[in-house]
Amino acid sequence: MNQLLRFTTAGSVDDGKSTLIGRLLYDSKSIFEDQLEAVTASSAKKGFDYVDLSLLTDGLKSEREQGITIDVAYRYFATPKRKFIIADTPGHIQYTRNMVTGASTANLALILIDARKGLIEQTFRHSFIASLLKIPHVIVCVNKMDLVKYDESVFDKIVQDYKAFSSKLEVSDIQFVPISALNGDNVVNRSDNMHWYQGATLLHMLESVHIESDYNHIDSRFPVQYVVRPQTNEHQDFRGYAGRVAGGIFRPGDDVLILPSGFSSKIKTIEVNGKKLSEAFAPMSVIITLEDEIDISRGDIISKPNNQPEVAQDIDVMLCWMNQRSVNLNSKFYVRHTTHETRGVLKEIQYKLDINSLQRVEGVEQLVMNDIARVKLRTAKPLSFDSYRKNRITGSLILVDEGTNETVAAGMIV
Amino acid sequence: MSQYYLSHLQELESEAIYVIREVVAQFEKPALLFSGGKDSIVLAYLSRKAFYPARIPFPLVHIDTGHNFPETMEYRDWLINELGVQLVVGSVQESIDKGRVKEETGYNASRNALQTVTLLDTIEKHKYDAAMGGARRDEEKARAKERFFSHRDEFGQWDPKNQRPELWNIFNGRKNQGEHFRVFPISNWTEMDVWQYLYTENIPIPKLYYAHEREVISRDGTLLSTSPWLNMKPEEKPMIKRVRFRTCGDMPITGAVESDADTMEKIIAEVAASRKTERGTRADDRRGETAMEDRKKSGYF
Repeated sequence: MNQLLRFTTAGSVDDGKSTLIGRLLYDSKSIFEDQLEAVTASSAKKGFDYVDLSLLTDGLKSEREQGITIDVAYRYFATPKRKFIIADTPGHIQYTRNMVTGASTANLALILIDARKGLIEQTFRHSFIASLLKIPHVIVCVNKMDLVKYDESVFDKIVQDYKAFSSKLEVSDIQFVPISALNGDNVVNRSDNMHWYQGATLLHMLESVHIESDYNHIDSRFPVQYVVRPQTNEHQDFRGYAGRVAGGIFRPGDDVLILPSGFSSKIKTIEVNGKKLSEAFAPMSVIITLEDEIDISRGDIISKPNNQPEVAQDIDVMLCWMNQRSVNLNSKFYVRHTTHETRGVLKEIQYKLDINSLQRVEGVEQLVMNDIARVKLRTAKPLSFDSYRKNRITGSLILVDEGTNETVAAGMIV
Repeated sequence: MSQYYLSHLQELESEAIYVIREVVAQFEKPALLFSGGKDSIVLAYLSRKAFYPARIPFPLVHIDTGHNFPETMEYRDWLINELGVQLVVGSVQESIDKGRVKEETGYNASRNALQTVTLLDTIEKHKYDAAMGGARRDEEKARAKERFFSHRDEFGQWDPKNQRPELWNIFNGRKNQGEHFRVFPISNWTEMDVWQYLYTENIPIPKLYYAHEREVISRDGTLLSTSPWLNMKPEEKPMIKRVRFRTCGDMPITGAVESDADTMEKIIAEVAASRKTERGTRADDRRGETAMEDRKKSGYF
């Protein structure tokens, strides 16, 4: 069975990120002739004497003009083993919000390091965001090995430096690979220039990293999205709860507890398209019917009596502020959490994180775009949640501006 | 011992169903934009799965350019009946008759750009606040930056530089009066995923997609079907070829490819071996490097 792996790349113009993506697409034969022709023509028009593979990913007019990636772009490629979705994000500090966006759905983060430069500010920033968003796997690509004469000691030094730094982060699975995206060394094909490297190519790592445990299969959570009531002659009394399993495993006959109401019942059926299933797990979209008629609506969470989410109105959150307009204490928002919406107020900013040094800055009363801070939110109605560490779905929320309706912040519940 | 993971196709299906349900839960009057093409067919079947045993709780909206393949219309009417869903038609001919738009002239004239006006008029007339479409991010570079929930201002315009960040699977459909959303539930699918899904789910598709004999002309390396709406140049000679279509747009601008693929298995093999994108046969995308972005900004699909 072919699985889906979502990964994020973050980087700036110079570290060869777009070239690497272009290389992965090109060497895995995921680029089509007409796309390549278009890119070749654009490169010639710009006066380049090589084919600029970054033009494959920079799609918007302003990006092509400025030669930088502004927004998250999604790219797709497949090998016989897996299908891949790349969230390609710009790496500059002013685009932290885009990195966070790309990271939110990723199983894996690709971190690029220029072999000539070693670890720089951006490396710390990207790694920290990967850790903050709890991306389960990280691959560190030491790129431009061709420019350091494929020297093993350069690679070793960077690996040592990165390990020393990353011990402060919460990333458990880190792999390293020396590459040249420009020449294709160790990207899809093994390099003839680095016989000292015995590890896998980048593509092989992407194809084999263990992602089966990335979803929580222990703590049963089913946020109700929509109540299905056909009200036809054939299905007069049918009342099903549509949703996507956010964690754990549900089976017919299971005792369940509905939050926040606290009602309990038993699962009668789990079905999709009229087909009865013996079990459902994350991230399956199903319809659950219960033995008892109880009042359940969108935003409620179906869980198990012996394993419940927390229910509270005062919530500790790591917040990434994403809007041009700054925010002060006591500002109010809509809070969106799973399928639930309520209102909330920013009660306290405990500290802001300097994402380059990881130092805490206390005494802050205002957050500006791209700030990451630990805050306390107070919600109008209780949320049924888990910590983000335990479950990325029931542990995440967004804040929406009451006036403009813009999504202004992303929050990870502590 | 069970395996607790999904195949990539199951995961994409689950994601799309989740998005479709979010639309129905968050909006008052959603609609599905139906073109008769394979992507919107997949969307219609996913919609049935999302709500079964209830009926699809929104209409299918067809923006009819009047230049459709007859096979597309035949299929559309069959599908409406099969799914038991309401059909709403927005007519480009009507927009022309009312003077809302002006028909293009010349050899490469098409009604493609005119559709935008009819589409926006239809959305406004029926007060749809969310219009779902079958666009995919792999189709075109401007689409690669599109959100699942894509906000449109009161003029129907898309502002690519000022899109709402979209995190995890939390979709923000909040809007002001007069604004609407375009929603793309199969954003993350590729052309191959769509074909594999049609195949594994055994979903019928219009005959156009299968290889058949057809009268065509060759123009700029593309095979175009002869039709009353195709202005032929004097040197262009119709010929009979065995062809199929990879997309299902307007008759005068949708290019055919020579093919013997007359079964779903053969089509999948052909798509897998293909070295050109499906939109490579679309004259509407060849009008410049950012043709799609420009059309999308003004409210195109």
